[in-house]
Order: sequence, then structure tokens, then C-alpha cells
Amino acid sequence: MDVIYEVIDFLLPFEWTEFYFMKNALVAVVLITPLFGLVGAMIVNNKMAFFSDALGHSALTGIAIGVLLGVDNYLASMLGFALIFALCISAVLDSGTSSADTIIGVFSSTGLALGIVLLSMNGGFSKYSGYLIGDILTVQPEEIALLAAILVAVVLLWIPFFNPLMLTSINADLAASKGIRVRLMEKLFVVVVAVIVTVSIKWVGVLIINSLLVLPAAASRNLSRSMRSYHAGAVGISMISGVSGLILSYYWGTAAGGTIVLVAAVIFFVTYLIGKITR
Amino acid sequence: MENCKCSIQIRDLSVKKGSDEILSHVDMDVHHGQIMALIGRNGAGKSTLLKALLGRIPYQGEIAFFNPKGEKVEKPCIGYVPQNLVFDRTTPVTVADMLCADHCRFPVWFGHKKEKRERAASLLKKVGADPDLLRKKLGTLSGGEMQRVLLAFALDPRPDLLLLDEPVSAVDRKGIETFYALVTSMREEYHMPVILVSHDLSHVQKYATCATLLDRTVLKSGSVRDVMVSPEMKEVFGLNLKAAGEEEWT
Repeated sequence: MDVIYEVIDFLLPFEWTEFYFMKNALVAVVLITPLFGLVGAMIVNNKMAFFSDALGHSALTGIAIGVLLGVDNYLASMLGFALIFALCISAVLDSGTSSADTIIGVFSSTGLALGIVLLSMNGGFSKYSGYLIGDILTVQPEEIALLAAILVAVVLLWIPFFNPLMLTSINADLAASKGIRVRLMEKLFVVVVAVIVTVSIKWVGVLIINSLLVLPAAASRNLSRSMRSYHAGAVGISMISGVSGLILSYYWGTAAGGTIVLVAAVIFFVTYLIGKITR
Repeated sequence: MENCKCSIQIRDLSVKKGSDEILSHVDMDVHHGQIMALIGRNGAGKSTLLKALLGRIPYQGEIAFFNPKGEKVEKPCIGYVPQNLVFDRTTPVTVADMLCADHCRFPVWFGHKKEKRERAASLLKKVGADPDLLRKKLGTLSGGEMQRVLLAFALDPRPDLLLLDEPVSAVDRKGIETFYALVTSMREEYHMPVILVSHDLSHVQKYATCATLLDRTVLKSGSVRDVMVSPEMKEVFGLNLKAAGEEEWT
């Protein structure tokens, strides 16, 4: 990490980079935002914005299970619960018994309510309320290594699976005609989303994680003319929002996650207006 | 593109949804070079049969593909042109993205290699579409353009079976004639078996080489003429049909 710190000091000799927690946060943002841009682009393509929101809500229950099991690191319990939760939603969706928004809504509220009930059982919910808004400034070097590993893993996974996922998102029957195992692709994608949401929730927060996934992709979609410009836009907007939001939060004294999302929201509305005018 | 001399054998195929039997003991053969029209009333199970062929729903029975030597083709390639492609019309996916996606090793957002783009352009030319369509987003295509793009997508790689599910429902009259002329020429050129689902019996009469009347099971199968004038056809559609050339169909 020392080399990275030196590079930051050399390239960004500003007041806000004087602190190690800001340097760590900057590196984390630079790793997490392209990841969110890439995966968010597919979430928006698959109309799964509500699904990733539900996964974020389920994190509270994952934490509660970790508390009940007496573990110190809640990541494993959150990840375990999120994977089961995501695959359950996917299985119920496949059964076609109700509309997707209803099924996801039911799971989302259940995941949130269960988490609140379990965490407030001994009157200690406030201890975990930090997870609601997250804090990127608390990120540690070893956690940054985990983020880097996940970014690399997703990029490597996207190489063979992106095109089949894209064709599945256009039309499942059409994808199946090309021998793509549609159900497997859908399950793979929900697992990827579950992992990313769970790992990032501590720093981004339950309440706004979905905005950070969806807003950059939605903003890019307003202007994009191909999958290439869509992805470049989503990753670019995600990184710009992340870095500028982090800097603004330092000077404004505001929560970094919320500020990042606000910047992304401003970019969304600007691209929306540009898209309206140029079309 | 090589010729395809595959044939499809469907034996004792049944599909259940809960306690409902949507398809029951369907037996069907489609040989290379045939355009087999699948006809039947709404709810007869035509779309279900196509979904079974696409592997989208569980079924009992057997669907087998055979090459000209009579050997089983384990992973057949199916070309599918759906009725109305249901998709998000705001998607940024372009025609080039879609046509290149199936044979590119890397994600399409890496860009399209020149050879892949040329292959997609030549496919579009083959189906009578303007190669400039490559730059257009899927949601901006007209009904006729979309059907040609879907046909181009279905034809690459060379399919062992071409499934056309009401392929011209969103196309104008002139486009319909052109589309079927194209399918007929593809059939003549590549000898692939084609299954055509159509409610328009005049299209069936004009373009199909054989027909199967389906109503949860196969009611009648054979030449288009035999099926059209069969008592089963009359019972299902309540029509008094005459074979082409004998008298106008009513």
C-alpha cells in the first residue's frame, strides 16, 4: 500500500489526501465504482434494479444471523444469507406465480423486517445503524485487497459470460435457441450481484447501495448508442461520481456514500435532459 | 454456409403444467428441406412445442436430431425467429452487438473485430437487409427490419433446425412476401428443416411443403393438401376448406 500512498501524494498533493483514511477511501472508490458500473449496466439491462435493492435490505438479516452465531466478522453470514436469499427470489420468480415486482417486494420487506427484529431483540439496533448509510472512510488495506480481487474476478467472469448474459437479457427464448443455458446464466448473475452487494454494504450502506449500482448505468443509458458506449459511460460516470463525491464529502463534512449518490443523481438528470434535447 | 441435412424426430412428447396436460404424446418428423407448417387453434400447444424444442420447458418423451448419416446430433443448433420479439425497446444493444455476440469470444463492449462486423454485414445482405442497420439500436428497427435481423441471427451459425413462430405478424404485406421468399430460398440453398407456426392458412398453402394439425396432440399430419381438407381440420377451425387449385379456400 505504501507505493500507492506515494503515488497518491505525488499525483494529488491536496489537503484531502493528507489523511490515510482518505487515501484508503480513494483507492476503494477507484476499485468499487468500475465494478458497480459494469454490474450495474447489466442490472439495468435485465430490469433488476428492484432485485439488487432487495439484496441490500437482506444484509441486515445477514448481520443479525452473524450476531446470533457470535461471529466477529459479519461478511460470511451476510454473504451466506444473501446467496440463499437471492437464489430463493430467483426460484420463486421462475415459478411465475406472481409478477416480479410483487415477489421481490415481498422478499425485500421480509429481509429488512427480519433483520430489524433480530437486531433490535436486545435493544441494540443503534449499534448496527451504521450499516444503513455505510462509511467508506473506515475501509482497511486488507479490505481494499478483497475489493481488488472481486473486481478482477468479475472482469474475468464477464469475458466468457457477458455475451450470453446480454442475449439472455434481450430475450430468453432467443438466447436458448443459441444453446445458452438461460437459467444457469440468470442464477450466475444473481450470485454475482449478491456477492458485490454484500461485500460493499459496509462501506456504501443498505439505504444507498442500489442507487450506486443503478444510477450510473441509468445515466449512461440516456445517451448511449451501443453496448460499448453504454458500458464506457456507466463505468466512467460511476468513477467520476465516486471520486468527486468522496472529495465533496470531505469538504462538506457529509456522509461519503450519500454524497457520491447525489453526484450520480445530478449526472443522471443532466444526461436525461441532454438525451431529451438531442433525440 | 454448408448445407444442413438434419432431420428431427419427436417421439411421445408430453408437457404438463400442474395437472394440465398441454401436449400429449406428440409424434412428429421433420426432414431436411421440408417446411412443415404447424397449425392449430389458440391454446393448441404450438408455442409449447417450440419451447420444448428450444429446451425452455421440461417435457417427457424424446426430441432427437439426426445428421444425414443417421447419427444423433447431441447439441443441435436452432435458429429461432419469434412472433414479436418481446424486449426492452430502450436497450442500447445495436444490431451489430446482437449479431456479433454469439460468435465473439470477448464481451461486445470491447468492440467488434472487423472480420466479425463484416460477417454480420454479409449476413444482413443475405437476408435482404441494409448493412447500415448494424449501427442501429434494436429498439429503433421497424417490424420488417427486425424480422430480417432475427432471421440473420437465426441463420448464423448454420442451424440444424429453423423455427419460425408467426414470423411476419408485425410485417406489412409486401414484407411478408419478401420474408417468405427469403425463407424458401434459404431452404432450397441449405436444405435445413423448417417448422413454421402460422395462423394464416394462405401462407401455409403457399410456402409449406407439409403440415401438422395440432390440438394438444397431433390430429393430422401429411401433405398440406391432405391436412387442409381433412375432417379434423374442419372440426378444429369449422371451415370447409378445399385444396389449392380446386377451389378458393373459404
